[in-house]
Amino acid sequence: MPMIDIQAVSKWYGPQFQVLKDCTTAVQKGEVVVVCGPSGSGKSTLIKCVNALEPFQSGAIHVDGINLQDPSTNLPKLRARIGMVFQHFELFPHLKITENLCLAQEKVLGRSRDEAMAKATALLERVGLEAHSHKFPGELSGGQQQRVAIARALAMDPIAMLFDEPTSALDPEMITEVLDVMVELAREGMTMMVVTHEMGFARKVAHRVIFMDKGEIIEDRPKDEFFGTPRSERAQVFLSKILAH
Amino acid sequence: MISGFDFDVLWRSLPYLFRDGMSFTLMLTALSALGGLVLGTLLALMRLSNMKVLGAIATGYVNLMRSLPLVLVIFWFYFLVPYLGQIITGSERPMVVGAFSSALITFTLFEAAYFSEIMRAGIQSIPKGQVSAGYALGLTYRQVTSYIVLPQALRNMLPVILTQTIVLFQDTSLVYVLSITDFLGAASKVAQRDGRLIEMYLFAALVYFVISFAASRLVRALQAKTAIIR
Repeated sequence: MPMIDIQAVSKWYGPQFQVLKDCTTAVQKGEVVVVCGPSGSGKSTLIKCVNALEPFQSGAIHVDGINLQDPSTNLPKLRARIGMVFQHFELFPHLKITENLCLAQEKVLGRSRDEAMAKATALLERVGLEAHSHKFPGELSGGQQQRVAIARALAMDPIAMLFDEPTSALDPEMITEVLDVMVELAREGMTMMVVTHEMGFARKVAHRVIFMDKGEIIEDRPKDEFFGTPRSERAQVFLSKILAH
Repeated sequence: MISGFDFDVLWRSLPYLFRDGMSFTLMLTALSALGGLVLGTLLALMRLSNMKVLGAIATGYVNLMRSLPLVLVIFWFYFLVPYLGQIITGSERPMVVGAFSSALITFTLFEAAYFSEIMRAGIQSIPKGQVSAGYALGLTYRQVTSYIVLPQALRNMLPVILTQTIVLFQDTSLVYVLSITDFLGAASKVAQRDGRLIEMYLFAALVYFVISFAASRLVRALQAKTAIIR
């Protein structure tokens, strides 16, 4: 059984505009899948559907065997098991770094203060930011904030991690520090679905690459095949554009 | 003309003006600001909720309150609430509602309409991604609202909330229509009794000015301090 199973998902904004067209794919346990494609292709929307942050009108998504659209599904409980990292970090600016990491651990998982703090400290150490634990998010650089955001997601002991363009809002010199954390995570066997344009990251750790355009999944193939000879013309054009420089 | 001024009347009435009058004014201001903020926040949440009925009720309430003169609402409440109470409780006589309670309820209900608009703007100023991040961590609507949205909205809106409270501080003087002894009421009673209208009303104006002006200066200083770094 795949960890994330996406079956014929379609989504419309209003009656006319279809953002997702019949998307079907799956992510196995321990698999790293990179989703790429031109902007507006629906890749961010698709990944937000996986933890039900975006509703969709037809099709079905199962996470760890649980149907997202089943009315009896406890969505907050399910979301707590899926980590998500956003393009703009979305740390809570009114809370210190440690509080950012502890809030959901205590309120959702019911961990004690000590347990939550121990977990937070360990994870901050892991992303190399233990020295900043008592600062506010606004006092950190973009790269540091994104590493905190990854630590915040990991604090919930997720069964899978979703990344929505995690490096797109970063200055070039900060991209590496975030990718390093992600590469390490991938090598430890975390199940990951990553929307990104970082083809270097895809080459290094992805098992599969999904290419989307205009709301459709055009290619869904093992990494080497995808980078070797993309079958579709659209993927070829896309790759030549982003790999040109 | 200044030689005709009777400063002594001020001096003699100071204890009465402040102990009876000003304490009432400040108490009414503080309590109705607090009540108005709580009720206003609820109205704002109703207005922003997905449930259309709740939104319509809140919108109707806010529009009604903002279209009525405050003095009218004060009167309306003072004279009608005892009868409303009678109907609700089914007793034989009109319910006894003290002047302070009546004024407090009126100002709370009236200010709630204004605070709800402030809080609505504050809530809407929080980026949608913040809410998504809360949900993604498994927090419920209630938790996202109380731990992420409202603390930030309150902090962002604090200067506006305090400024509105300063306006409220001045507006509470309207309770004089109920012959309540607030600060202005006390000043006006002394003025009538001793025939010292000019002294007392000038002094009252000075006190309102000093307090309001000092408070808005404080708000400004606070504004610089509480801004959240993003």
